[in-house]
Amino acid sequence: MILFWNTGVAPPAGVNDTRHPAGHEGGARQRQSSPVCATTNIRKEQNKDICINRERIMSYQGKKNIPKITSERLLIKGGRIVNDDQSFYADIYMEDGVIKQIGDNLIVPGGVKTVEANGKMVIPGGIDIHTHLQMPFRGTTTVDDFSQGTKAALAGGTTMIVDHVIPEPGASLVEAFERWREWADEKTCCDYSLHVDITHWSDSTKLEVESLIKEKGVNSFQVYMAYKDLYQMSNSELYEIFTFLGEHGGIAQVHAENGEIIAEEQTRMLEMGITGPEGHVLSRPEELEAEAVFRAVTIASQTNCPLYVTRVMSKSAADIISQARKKGNVVFGEPITASLGTDGTHYWSKNWAKAASFVTSPPLSPDPTTPDYLNTLLSSGDLSVTGSAHCTFTVAQKAIGKDDFTQIPEGVNGVEERMSVIWDKAVVTGKMDENMFVAVTSTNAAKILNLYPRKGRIAVGSDSDLVIWDTDAIRTITAKTHHSAAEYNVLEGMELRGAPLLVICQGKIVLEDGNLHATSGTGRFIPCTPFPDFAYKRVKARKQMATLKAVPRGMYDGPVSEFTAMSRGGTPSASTRSSPTKAPLRNLHQSGFTLSGPEEAPIRPAGRRIVVPPGGRSNITSLS
Amino acid sequence: MSGTGYQGKKNIPHLTTERLLIKGGRVVNDDQSLYADIYVEDGLIKQVGENLIVPGGVKVIEANGCMVIPGGIDVNTCLLKPYLGSPPVDDFYQGTKAALAGGTTMIIDHVTPQPGDSLLEAFEKWQEAADKKSCCDYSLHVDIPHWHEGVKEELEQLVQDKGINSFQVYMAYKGFFQMSDSQLYESFSFLKELGAVVLVHAENGDLIAQEQSKILGMGITGPEGHPLSRPEELEAEAVFRAITLGNQVNCPVYITKVMSKSAAETVANARKKGSVVFGEPITASLATDGSHYWSKNWAKAAAFVTSPPLSPDQTTPDHLNSLLACGDLQVVGSGHCAYSTSQKAIGKDNFTLIPEGTNGVEERMGFVWDKSVAMGKMDENQFVAVTSTNAAKIFNLYPRKGRIAVGSDADIVIWDPAKIKTITAKTQQSALDYNIFEGMECRGGPVYVVSQGRIVFEEGKLQVQQGTGRFISRKPFPDIAYQRIQFRNKLMTKQGVSRGMYDGPVYDVPATPKYITPSPSAKTSPTTHQPPPIRNLHQSNFSLSGSQTDDNIPRRSGHRIVAPPGGRSNITNLG
Repeated sequence: MILFWNTGVAPPAGVNDTRHPAGHEGGARQRQSSPVCATTNIRKEQNKDICINRERIMSYQGKKNIPKITSERLLIKGGRIVNDDQSFYADIYMEDGVIKQIGDNLIVPGGVKTVEANGKMVIPGGIDIHTHLQMPFRGTTTVDDFSQGTKAALAGGTTMIVDHVIPEPGASLVEAFERWREWADEKTCCDYSLHVDITHWSDSTKLEVESLIKEKGVNSFQVYMAYKDLYQMSNSELYEIFTFLGEHGGIAQVHAENGEIIAEEQTRMLEMGITGPEGHVLSRPEELEAEAVFRAVTIASQTNCPLYVTRVMSKSAADIISQARKKGNVVFGEPITASLGTDGTHYWSKNWAKAASFVTSPPLSPDPTTPDYLNTLLSSGDLSVTGSAHCTFTVAQKAIGKDDFTQIPEGVNGVEERMSVIWDKAVVTGKMDENMFVAVTSTNAAKILNLYPRKGRIAVGSDSDLVIWDTDAIRTITAKTHHSAAEYNVLEGMELRGAPLLVICQGKIVLEDGNLHATSGTGRFIPCTPFPDFAYKRVKARKQMATLKAVPRGMYDGPVSEFTAMSRGGTPSASTRSSPTKAPLRNLHQSGFTLSGPEEAPIRPAGRRIVVPPGGRSNITSLS
Repeated sequence: MSGTGYQGKKNIPHLTTERLLIKGGRVVNDDQSLYADIYVEDGLIKQVGENLIVPGGVKVIEANGCMVIPGGIDVNTCLLKPYLGSPPVDDFYQGTKAALAGGTTMIIDHVTPQPGDSLLEAFEKWQEAADKKSCCDYSLHVDIPHWHEGVKEELEQLVQDKGINSFQVYMAYKGFFQMSDSQLYESFSFLKELGAVVLVHAENGDLIAQEQSKILGMGITGPEGHPLSRPEELEAEAVFRAITLGNQVNCPVYITKVMSKSAAETVANARKKGSVVFGEPITASLATDGSHYWSKNWAKAAAFVTSPPLSPDQTTPDHLNSLLACGDLQVVGSGHCAYSTSQKAIGKDNFTLIPEGTNGVEERMGFVWDKSVAMGKMDENQFVAVTSTNAAKIFNLYPRKGRIAVGSDADIVIWDPAKIKTITAKTQQSALDYNIFEGMECRGGPVYVVSQGRIVFEEGKLQVQQGTGRFISRKPFPDIAYQRIQFRNKLMTKQGVSRGMYDGPVYDVPATPKYITPSPSAKTSPTTHQPPPIRNLHQSNFSLSGSQTDDNIPRRSGHRIVAPPGGRSNITNLG
């Protein structure tokens, strides 16, 4: 068994450990007491949880992925536990990577390592729901691999990541998934799950998606409305995918930008001689993002499928989501670290490398009021979760596009800074309370992934992924000290209040006193199950409501106009204009209509208008 | 005044020297109302004022303080649009007769060529038919059924030689009229250069096709399948997309047939954000709703079939009237496209085959009065604006049409706000065997209608003559749409950032990367006739040009370049 640090002889339970996270605060260690009655109530609740969770725990334990590395026991004393619904003072005892007890005066075995929280916030570890670690790109990969990237995550208080599997168009989704699993199992330092991007759509893809949902533990799939001729899906394909995911309990994630218009705009920019990174944002105005979000919401609403918009980068896109939510659509919006922390004015930087480091899609909005606005919507609940979309390239890699902005690899950093940015921009500014902070950094993501309450909550039976959050810490973000391997940081020079003091991942302390003790390969794959309640309770109820019925009518027995079979209005020949889908489902003007039944009208010259008798009604079926 | 120019129009020999004096009326324009007499000669308004000096022997109409308004302009009719080879029952004669009976003295009809047809030929066919039969002045929109390079030349000709300044594109009718976003972008860009108004049929055709097969699959074949497969969200989505495209291209967009609250809201929101967009509700969407699709009477239900469909939400007409009154929607058309019950019955076993179209050319002005003015939402001046003046402005007919002023055409209506009429197929001018407004009471109607200076409707009687209608040609770049566009054009020039050359290291892209463009067989592009893909973000045709400063440093391909601590030294830094 590998331990990161030696506990030495642990003092008996109940006695304050001399080792506490803050280190040298000396006398200010007085524990802030909490009302006993409150704690008792909580414990009752927790007991219920235990029953519910025992089964889950058993099944968690049974997971094959990783040999159990630790039977480490840990007690966090005197912290203020902050969940998304409430905050309260209690001690936390954990064993085998699972929270075993919560409350005051816990009875714990001897030899337990104790952490003194001294009244500081103890929050569920962050879940970064959107990363691209070790992502292949034109024969190379992003500079932060699963080890480097998850280390950066842990350093920022994030104890779980959800990475995107991006199969090549035409390639097998399952194979790509297995490849990502291999890479991640080998290197991650924290638990992880995977989204799978659907980069092409066919009947065989359907089967693969089904097996990913049923056997592989994937419940969220991303589709692209941009990247014309590569990843982009047509409206019909989106409809089919959403329908399929809606039936199988998946979450449809969309990259929402209108790829067709972007392609046109890109050509226009390059023709105008704009080749630098500013061309990226000029060719992808935020309206195109908003348009695609609007369309995605419409399609999701038609197909009754929960929608998740990845990377909300602009005010107008966020507005569309919030309006849709007000109208009752099941839609979740995910702003990212970069869109919450900075803006797109840097695309005009004279320093090419700096400008290029901001290139991501949808682009950061040049409107400098955007971050503040997105933080407000995040606080009000109109946007639900935050990711980082961490996808880092070196300057040399970015320089592939030095003469043509469309060739610049897309992606920004943010996995390490995510939680601090939100604390600084939303909580410190008074927009958001600490419970909402937990919701948007962790709990909501766990609910969408159907991992709640295993992840995203401090409760008995939950995984012991915890962070002691220091609200007073101030750090200045710089590429010199960040844990990512990238040479640039899009938040360079920014002072952020709020940082993790101590991070516990799988029951082990991985960040303490600013030192990271993470081990590659300890992260486990956490399978996600379909039909997360958070999204599907409503969807299921609507399904029952939404049954359509035909009107029972008698047969229409009036005259029927003749029409020419080979009319000018017939289907145009395929050569002049081929239909966008492989097989057009229905042609409104197709004349495959045949009269059936014996009530065929008498011989009448073709195309002749039938004049009804005055009053105009006598030949119409009238029921009841 | 510009009146002389109008006289020079070729189309029709001038057939009247009738002189007319309208006495004692309240002249209502879109900006003001005033009491004045109007003297008309040779189809033109010659004098407006009090105590006019007029020649003897003039016919006098006593208006007795009644409203005198510019004749209505119906911007959306389909009097020749064939369905499976057969034309609608109201042709240019029947249709314009109905128009005049309702106080409308000009129509703009849609030329609807089939995909593959020549636009010019179709236009000439329509013009010929209309010249022969139309009883009032008319103009034409031309629909673009299919976007390709060859269309451009025809469009140019239509704008420059034929006097057409408005063209319709379709976002619905998949596999037939529907254009992809790229095609829309191209057509918008092109039409904007010509100074034309882009009319958009806004519905998401891809999704409709999906919904139709789903609904048919569920065994729903009756007319209720029509609105079920075309929910209003799909209309709103397409409106939103059309406006986005219009903003990108900086081109005015005109939404034909605004049928639902959400589509109207989308137009209104876009206008608040500064988009140059116009919305056109039609008689049917202002006066009735889509609950009739569920009628037990198949023929009645089928009569309401039009696209976008009438909304089943019964609060829709009221809402649309409110938006029309406050200026968020600008013009009212009728979408008049009359197919008889037996023609509709082509789709008796499959709602997707029911020919689409409702009546409304005769009822249009009456229902706007009844639902908006009589309800206190709208004043009489706004009534004139939405029924006539705005249409004249958007389609560049103003002030020849749409205004009572010296020099304007003598298309004048004396309007009686108190007139009450019950709509019924028995008394209508249309040749249809039904009327979707059957049984509805409508306040407000014309007493006299003067078209081209002649009285064509008097005391309930029509006196019209086939073929008297003239084609009114229209110039491009209407001010109401294009003034703003032209200013924005100047603002919109974009500039690159002037930087020194990036001279840092560049990652060496392998010649045959793992991530290649998928073969077309694996994934066909959603666009139709494929121009070569414009830009593939992951394509690797990148080549290093010129020597790099680090050329002398040997570097393995695929090797990550680690920057020195501080990470900056290899980056171009400009002062």
